[in-house]
Amino acid sequence: MAGDDAILETEGLTKDFRGFLAVKNVNLRVRAGTIHALIGPNGAGKTTCFNLLTKFLQPTSGRIRFKGRDITHLRPAQVAKLGIVRSFQISAVFSHLTALENVRVALQRRRGESFDFWRSEKVLRAYDGRARELLAAVGIEAMADVPAVELPYGQKRALELATTIALEPEVMLLDEPTSGLGREDVGRIAALIKEVAKGRTVLMVEHNLAVVADLSDTITVLARGEVLAEGDYARISTDPRVREAYIGSEEG
Amino acid sequence: MAARSEPAPIAVAVPSDVLRHQKLGIVLLAALLLVAPFVFYPVFVMKVLCFALFACAFNLLIGYVGLLSFGHAAFFGTASYAAGHAAKVWGLPFELAVPFATLCSAGLGLVFGWLAIRRQGIYFAMITLALAQMLYFFYLQAPFTGGEDGIQAIPRGKLFGILDLSNDLVIYWVVAAIFMGGFLLIYRTIHSPFGQVLKAIRENEARAISLGYDTDRYKLVAFTLSAALSGLAGGTKAIVFQLASLTDVHWTMSGEVVLMALVGGLGTVFGPVLGAAVIVSLQNYLAGLGHWVTIVQGLIFVACVLAFRRGIVGELAHLLKKPL
Repeated sequence: MAGDDAILETEGLTKDFRGFLAVKNVNLRVRAGTIHALIGPNGAGKTTCFNLLTKFLQPTSGRIRFKGRDITHLRPAQVAKLGIVRSFQISAVFSHLTALENVRVALQRRRGESFDFWRSEKVLRAYDGRARELLAAVGIEAMADVPAVELPYGQKRALELATTIALEPEVMLLDEPTSGLGREDVGRIAALIKEVAKGRTVLMVEHNLAVVADLSDTITVLARGEVLAEGDYARISTDPRVREAYIGSEEG
Repeated sequence: MAARSEPAPIAVAVPSDVLRHQKLGIVLLAALLLVAPFVFYPVFVMKVLCFALFACAFNLLIGYVGLLSFGHAAFFGTASYAAGHAAKVWGLPFELAVPFATLCSAGLGLVFGWLAIRRQGIYFAMITLALAQMLYFFYLQAPFTGGEDGIQAIPRGKLFGILDLSNDLVIYWVVAAIFMGGFLLIYRTIHSPFGQVLKAIRENEARAISLGYDTDRYKLVAFTLSAALSGLAGGTKAIVFQLASLTDVHWTMSGEVVLMALVGGLGTVFGPVLGAAVIVSLQNYLAGLGHWVTIVQGLIFVACVLAFRRGIVGELAHLLKKPL
């Protein structure tokens, strides 16, 4: 594996929750421009890994590097500013803002900080055009003026994706982007991810193996906080250890 | 990430060009201010206005950032003492005493906010309450507050050395202008790029962080702004009523402002104004009942929480499907 094109990498990443090692000595290399999936049975430490990478949790030990720069000690907002943007397992939209406003909150980051409480929000209308484009890109432009809380779940996930792309992130971390979706929505969201992943790097936690097989260039399997196996789908799906981990967890 | 527990229902946001009736409401409010002193006793209206501004400042936090402060009396009361002391002991005129008081509250807000915003929900409320209680006991002991007596007979003086504020109608116009200024500032804050980030934080703080917003700093600015405007209300109140007392800084004052905002409607623009008018009217007209006023207030609180969870203006906005 070519080592120098890793955009996001971890070295000995460990998280110890008072004696419970949720993530154990994980060395992850996410290559630029690829879709990298993180899979594993429940409780394998996937979401903890995500929270560590985006600094929502502080690692107990280990290093995180983004384009060679050590980001282990940055705050979550700083990581986001660098271009590593995450989504959440439970769809994270701003419920009582309209779909347009949701996307605009992300676009507004281009102004830098927004502490100007004396200025009219009319200045934000400059972003309306781009916000509508993004809504169109995920197929919900008709819902622009609808409060996010009123959108069906699939559209909420699409909105969340539009909000994430609005930041033009270099690396997108998607935490179970298709969880809770019906079959048609899964297909739509998967196609969307494929679309927006062009020119970007995506690291995603995903349970739906069909989606993983279809999208991922590389798959890392976590079990009990450790990397069990890594490779493309063909290799992972035939790995006996992976099968055992999955079946074992179902029995347990 | 655990989902944040749902606070009281909050009016739904809509794009800015649908805010016409809010602007209409502001015009109506201004017209009401022009007529009010000729219909009601001006001192009574001034009391309503001071509390209305206080409630609006409080609502900026609970309604638009989702932070429930249970220590806002600290800012109201601090400004009250500061304005009283500045006007009476230092002999500062109104136009210096009130801004001085506002600054004191803003500074205090910065410190309290810095300590409190690290926690969420009930912990945030408890920290603000604890800090406000500490301050209460400080003021109870500090010599300059006059202890149980408070600072009495604070001179109203002359505005810019010309306008005689001892005339109730003259000071009324000044108070009405201050209220309107504060109200418009809050209105603008809500509808500013900053306000948009605040609402995002209220809806989903973790998501706002993941978009690159350093939410603690936004919350701190909002907290300080709210404290400053509460101070503006408290300082003005002290000079109008020529009295700064422990009542202003007591925890019941923090409770009253919660009640005002709740009765009127959390997260609505006009709710706190109406809420303040209702509560102050009750206190005035039911004053003959003595301690029973508290019971009536309690019943209103219960009725509100049970039947009108959105508050008066909030329910109205819900019926009309328009933000008010």
